[in-house]
Amino acid sequence: MLTIERLTLQLPYYAHGHASWWKRRWATCLDELSLQFSAGEVHAVVGASGAGKSLLAYAVMGLLPTPARLNGQLCYQGKPLDEQRQRQLRGRELALIPQSLSALDPLVRTQRQVTWAAQRAGHAPANAWHSAQQALNHYQLDAHAQQAYAHELSGGMARRVLTAMAHVSQARLVIADEPTVGLDPHQRQRVLAALRELADQGKSVMLITHDLRHALPIADRVTIMRDGKRVETAPAHAFQGTGDLLVHDYSQALWLALPDNHFSTSATRQAPQLQQEADVA
Amino acid sequence: MRLALTSRDAQPRLRAAFSLGVTVLLVTGLVASQWLLGDSAQQMQFDARLAPPSLDHWLGTDALGRELWARTLAGLALSFWVGCLAALLSTLIALSLAALATLSARLDALVSLLIDTLLSVPHLILLMLIAFALGGGTQAVIIAVAVTHWPSLARVLRAELLQLRQAPYVRISRALGKSRWFVLHGHLLPHLLPHCLVGALLLFPHAILHEAALTFLGFGLSPSQPAIGVLLADAMRYLSGGYWWLGVFPGLGLLVMVLGFERLSTHLRRAL
Amino acid sequence: MRVIARIATRLSRLILVLLCVAVVSFGLMMASPIDPIDAYLGPQMAQVSPEQRELIAQRWGFDEPPAVQFGHWLRQLASGDLGWSHVYNQPVSEVIGQRFQRSIVLLGGAWLLSALLGFSLGVVAGAKEGSTLDNIISTYAFITASTPAFWLAILAVLLFSVTLGWTPTCCAGPTGTLSQDVTLATRLHHLILPIATLALLGIANVTLHTRARMLELMRSEVATHAFAQGASRIDVAWRHGLRHASLPAMTLAFASLGELFGGSILIEQVFAYPGLGQATVAAGLRSDVPLLLGIALFTALFVSVGNMIADTLYDVIDPRIKQGGL
Repeated sequence: MLTIERLTLQLPYYAHGHASWWKRRWATCLDELSLQFSAGEVHAVVGASGAGKSLLAYAVMGLLPTPARLNGQLCYQGKPLDEQRQRQLRGRELALIPQSLSALDPLVRTQRQVTWAAQRAGHAPANAWHSAQQALNHYQLDAHAQQAYAHELSGGMARRVLTAMAHVSQARLVIADEPTVGLDPHQRQRVLAALRELADQGKSVMLITHDLRHALPIADRVTIMRDGKRVETAPAHAFQGTGDLLVHDYSQALWLALPDNHFSTSATRQAPQLQQEADVA
Repeated sequence: MRLALTSRDAQPRLRAAFSLGVTVLLVTGLVASQWLLGDSAQQMQFDARLAPPSLDHWLGTDALGRELWARTLAGLALSFWVGCLAALLSTLIALSLAALATLSARLDALVSLLIDTLLSVPHLILLMLIAFALGGGTQAVIIAVAVTHWPSLARVLRAELLQLRQAPYVRISRALGKSRWFVLHGHLLPHLLPHCLVGALLLFPHAILHEAALTFLGFGLSPSQPAIGVLLADAMRYLSGGYWWLGVFPGLGLLVMVLGFERLSTHLRRAL
Repeated sequence: MRVIARIATRLSRLILVLLCVAVVSFGLMMASPIDPIDAYLGPQMAQVSPEQRELIAQRWGFDEPPAVQFGHWLRQLASGDLGWSHVYNQPVSEVIGQRFQRSIVLLGGAWLLSALLGFSLGVVAGAKEGSTLDNIISTYAFITASTPAFWLAILAVLLFSVTLGWTPTCCAGPTGTLSQDVTLATRLHHLILPIATLALLGIANVTLHTRARMLELMRSEVATHAFAQGASRIDVAWRHGLRHASLPAMTLAFASLGELFGGSILIEQVFAYPGLGQATVAAGLRSDVPLLLGIALFTALFVSVGNMIADTLYDVIDPRIKQGGL
């Protein structure tokens, strides 16, 4: 469905404490990244913070800040996905469930925000309200939550509102950016199940997360990212036992460093550093 | 992850460096011109009274035959010095009152009451009251402008100081037995100085504008000085006679100067 | 209930602040080098013998310590007596009342114009950041924000009154006519230019502020999320932007009453418009201490009430604060 080929992204920054403090430099955030996303699959993109996962999402959606250098090829359903096509498909074919709950407008009631999302996805104004209602009911948001402002919602409810907004668009590629952050296990299960359901309906779901553990139960495939590079893409069932099915040391170490695997760190030489990264993640 | 969707300012620091350079150049030129020109702002030419702008008299002359360009330059230089002193004084007041406010809750309430009081009287009326109380003149203007302009900066500095005092590294530094002077010098000042610099730079254009307004109304600098406010108050008397240059050029000079500093502070804020 | 409690707190704060204004302005008057007896006498200064001066000082308590004088003044104030203005030979309250009636037309007109136009321009500029329209609007706003108010008024007089002759150069009506005889049309004719000048200055402020709010929103996660749903810039500006920018704009409009009043002093001076601003300048220049004190207190009340409304607006309108979220 979506093919990413040799995608490179550079963003500007200023060096601190350098003599030429006014001089702009470029940092490479995504480095020759190639990935494939297919319909009916949950494809987890896993990496520590700073690995470039969120930037990947924004690059696919075409929502990067303007002073950015982007190289490489994006292909959606066989046709190149350029800026113009991104603008056409955003909200209709491509949907984003953002990472931060502050993506909800604090001054607008839930019901209305979802209705707007439906209108933006091309529903007729008369239908939009109805579709929004359906989507909200589908995610078990009651009448009270529908008339609430964002600050009155719990984290799990707000996350479900965001999911409902992506759902109402009928998009075929859904990108979920860290959808489980800050949720208790019960709420997390609900959100992840909702994503799995989207994939089962034939959509392609890109699940961006730093937590391998949460991604594995629902993912079909997992891509490990580090410093803007793809380390390895493996089927979800490769993450088992001692991780022998994994090709790369880093993915193995990441797998073995999980609490359920007794934090074992003996597998590689880089282990101490990796342990730290897993902790941070 | 916070992403800006658009940003017009692709090279903020380059722009800041550029406008800093231009401003320094212009101000140096202004100050140097006063040194070079001597008292030509007050020299009268009896055969060229109220002469319109021409090659001989670049911006025209006033009713006493004094060159308007020399008077405008002198007025701008005067405004610059008054503005500098007032902004500096105001920043000092803001810094010391902000520091005072962080000492105890009672002092804090007192300072914030003072701020509310000053902000509830229109600036210009307060300026007039203070200038009236001090009997007018250059000193009175500087003090009046300094005393009225500190509240906004003081608020910023107070919030910053309160936050800094609670900052872990400051508390650790204290707990480690570092001296007050070390904490002040090593931790607090490096944070406060950029705020002070930008604050003073922001105050400066306001200070100049208020000085000119106060002088224009007759409460500020004495009418014998070639201040912009005096020039424009003078021009008022000749407006209906069609002597337009008297009213246009001094104000234009002031506008360019204020605009220049306003731009500089915007660019610096964006870059830092 | 919470809102009412907060408003009550604000009201008591308002009274405290006004009291402080009274102390500060009275203190400033006492500190002035101008002799209070001369100030009281005004132009009749030369006609009075030393004995008479003594009597005046006794009658008004000029030789008493400042604290006693302040108490005296405050008692008078409480009974509604603001004193006698020697410049206008009228009670101060009457001078302020009459003058303010004229000023309020000027202030109100300019206030409405600047709030409405400033907000619309700010929204348009902020929604289309970097466009030609934005460049024109923000350049205009940047320049007028740095323009001395009185100079703009001088330019307006030069252009429209002196050169083009469209509008009168001065006053609230033709000279030599009694104010009762001036028709509404003539009044408006005299008001157009002052209102336009004052509004032009106010617009810049509201525009820059609204534009900044719009930019903040257009770069926020709310906007990014809306863009991800396929919204256009206009959609985002209309649905999200208006909501986010209108409350700050209203707040600013109320909070900037002091600045507006300051501007009106300068503009009334240039147009010789007989409003409160002109009376302030006259009172200051001719040492009319009671009038100056009265005006200081009156404008402080005016501005404080504006500030209070600005603060209260958030309580009443913003859903995050209304329900005690913060």
